[in-house]
Amino acid sequence: MMQTNSWVPLFPEQASTFAWQVDLLYLYLIVISVAFTIPIVVAIFLFALKYREKEKFASGAEIHGSMVLEAGWSFLPFVISMTIFLGGAVVYYNQYKMPEDAMQVYVVGKQWMWKIQHETGQREINELHIPVNRKVKLTMTTEDALHDFSIPAFRTKADVVPGRYTYLWFEANKPGKYHLFCAEYCGLNHSGMGGYVYVMEQSDFDNWLEGNVSGQTPVEQGRDLFENKLGCASCHAGGPQQRGAKLEGIYGKEVHLAGGGTVTANDEYIRNSILNPSSQVVEGFQPIMPTFKGQVTEEQLVSLVAYIKSLSGVTGSTSTSQPASNSAANSGSNVRSNSNVATPRRADRGQANKPGSNPNAPGPANR
Amino acid sequence: MQDAITAEYSGPPKLNYLNNGFTLKSWLLTKDHKRIAIMYLITVSLFFMAGGLYASAIRLELLTPASDLLQTGTYNKVFTQHGILMIFFFLIPSIPAVLGNFILPIMIGAKDLALPRINLLSLYIYWVGGAFTVWALLQGGVDTGWTFYTPYSTTFSNTYVMAVGLGIFINGFSSILTGLNFIVTVHTMRAPGMTWFRLPLFVWAQYATSLVMILGTPVIAITVLLLAIERFAHVGIFDPAIGGDPILFQHMFWFYSHPAVYIMILPGMGVISELISNFSRKKIFGYEFIAFSSIAIAVFGFLVWGHHMFVSGQSVYAGLVFSFLTMVVAVPSAIKMFNWTATMYKGSISYDTPMLYGIGFMGLFLIGGLTGLFLGAIGLTVHLTDTYFVVAHFHYVMVGGQVIAYLGGIHYWWPKMTGKMYSEFWGKISAMLVFIGFNLTFFPQFILGYMGMPRRYASYPPEFQVLNIFSTAGASVLGVGLVMPVIYLAQSLIAGKAAGDNPWMLPGLEWRTSSPPPTENFDVMPVVTWEAYEFGEESGLDLEAARANESVRTI
Repeated sequence: MMQTNSWVPLFPEQASTFAWQVDLLYLYLIVISVAFTIPIVVAIFLFALKYREKEKFASGAEIHGSMVLEAGWSFLPFVISMTIFLGGAVVYYNQYKMPEDAMQVYVVGKQWMWKIQHETGQREINELHIPVNRKVKLTMTTEDALHDFSIPAFRTKADVVPGRYTYLWFEANKPGKYHLFCAEYCGLNHSGMGGYVYVMEQSDFDNWLEGNVSGQTPVEQGRDLFENKLGCASCHAGGPQQRGAKLEGIYGKEVHLAGGGTVTANDEYIRNSILNPSSQVVEGFQPIMPTFKGQVTEEQLVSLVAYIKSLSGVTGSTSTSQPASNSAANSGSNVRSNSNVATPRRADRGQANKPGSNPNAPGPANR
Repeated sequence: MQDAITAEYSGPPKLNYLNNGFTLKSWLLTKDHKRIAIMYLITVSLFFMAGGLYASAIRLELLTPASDLLQTGTYNKVFTQHGILMIFFFLIPSIPAVLGNFILPIMIGAKDLALPRINLLSLYIYWVGGAFTVWALLQGGVDTGWTFYTPYSTTFSNTYVMAVGLGIFINGFSSILTGLNFIVTVHTMRAPGMTWFRLPLFVWAQYATSLVMILGTPVIAITVLLLAIERFAHVGIFDPAIGGDPILFQHMFWFYSHPAVYIMILPGMGVISELISNFSRKKIFGYEFIAFSSIAIAVFGFLVWGHHMFVSGQSVYAGLVFSFLTMVVAVPSAIKMFNWTATMYKGSISYDTPMLYGIGFMGLFLIGGLTGLFLGAIGLTVHLTDTYFVVAHFHYVMVGGQVIAYLGGIHYWWPKMTGKMYSEFWGKISAMLVFIGFNLTFFPQFILGYMGMPRRYASYPPEFQVLNIFSTAGASVLGVGLVMPVIYLAQSLIAGKAAGDNPWMLPGLEWRTSSPPPTENFDVMPVVTWEAYEFGEESGLDLEAARANESVRTI
């Protein structure tokens, strides 16, 4: 059964660190609304009673208007609406600014289910298990139509858009079971596309991780695809004779393109380079790479991106399975970037994170 | 009294637009704006009833958490078609094409609209678009939501997307032509003495609406066309699988559809300005401010489309700018609200049915407008987007605003349009039922939305059931309130009392011609020497005689 003990009657439960901010803003707007409604409604009723027609077809008073009143009731709503705007902007900024030290979770929407993978490899469908008091960042995409990952108890949601990655983060602060909805209409079984988010104490979460034997982690899967299944390594292994650009250390860097221009090597760029290789060719290379469109699923793409990120030493916090080649690759020279490869730079919306920076990270090593 | 009226009209019945020809041809090939308006009235009402049936199906399905009465696929079609019929075929043409068409030329002292043939053409386009859409719905309908979001609409939906899209595309031209016609008419057809600042505020509101219609509607036409190119020719425009961008569709769609929201409320505001001022028998407070706030809404309405896309993945800066502009566009609506309230101060207020609708509008639009601020506050609206809060908000504006204003306008101008007076008793009962039923239906949905119930859900978690039952119960009251006018208005045509030319002794030009008006609207070209809403000596109304008449007439 759902927990329903919300702090205000008819409010959903507050279960994330920004739920109280959203609720406070909501209450502020309710106060403003009441403060506007009561005088107007009282005035209407008062006038309606007091100025009821005394004689049939009698005329009302000759009043045309008042500049003072007009100026006042133009200025006052403007000022109040600006306070609402600023309040909304502050709350939004907190929701939007992605944390640096979050646990990574990958989400792929599909008509009509949520496929979720943890960085330690555990997979779940329509359920998301997360530890309490821990920042969690979702990297999301979809295989088909638009979806929207919505958790009312956390007061947050984000559309999931085909062809690109969108991100959502939250920090749950109350253990429990909360609704997960798809909030963007996606066809036949839209209202069935949902499940629950389970917020657990860290120890319970560790047990849960242990109880769900993980297969490969996303990085391991990505390496498997890269080296064996898709054969990316035959061109991108990084030797001097390679036909493809070297991928070690590129993540988060500016990449110079053939024909001029630069692009930041972020999740989108890597994804796009796999699906539309000829659209943004790296300077010094020929547009000979075939497209992998139709050959890789969104989930495989997520793994490939995770692996390529790991080549630059960029991962989420929970994975302990760093490729052994990582440090060696980073110490090598980088042909197309003159910035310091040893320091992963903040890229995209800032998911760059040194491995093991979170001491609470559950993982095989902790057990 | 009955004798007094018949005495006035002794001799052969006066020729008016209704008895000036009875053949089908005299209607179908008419150039008379009043006949065209009546044909719009009938069609628009049919679409409203069809949309209302879909609404009933939605509310019945949502009585229980499971999708039992309707299968999910059926439910998806039902809410989509409810939206499409109500928005494109009822709300958008309702006040402009029916009330505007009938009354705007008379209000400015013109014989007809400036382009009568174009007016008839716009009716035929509306019919063709409507017929096409109805055909598509009968073939199997459409399940994309009225928003047609890509790539679902282009790639995944197996329903009649393009057929319905074509219906909407065709219908758009009707809107454009009506808007064009009104603008030309207001510029060129005003009677001598009818200066811009003597225009009734209904005319200003129609003018602002027309600007939005001719500037916004082409964009939806382009969008539908691009949708068709993608669906049929597989050119990648919106679908990322073939190189398109689904967010582009949302930008294009809302670039029209947000201004279209103002097409659906500005005319209602115009009607309310008429009702509040006339039934308070007093000049409207701050005429210029109300007039220019309509224009301000029309202009700013084009700059806020991104507030429909706060969680769609648009950039944070875009989100903040759109949030800011949304707050700005709230101000002109607030100005109108204050001015209407101030108009009642020291008035001589009578509570005839139209005025009840007018006061009801003020209450409902107040809630609709204020909850718009909730949805403009970007940090809050992340939680509220795509929940029932949004559904409740836009129904408060669209139904609580436009539909209430439309009903108020119909009751207000009914005596002029038909020459008959409806039952004031049943009119008041129905106005109150609509107000109560509406609030019972939609207020619980604000709470549901904040609790997190997503919209467009055929089934929902059981904890949302109680409020959904309230909502459905309210909808049945609302339904009764909306069916009643159909009955007593029809009854008034057969057995209604003669209304007389000016039943409420009002100064507007439409009340200075006979009821129903003659085909050319006025027997003598009027010359305007008074300001809008002039109830004093300058109005030239013979109030003493009217009072004497009234005392005889009072039952």
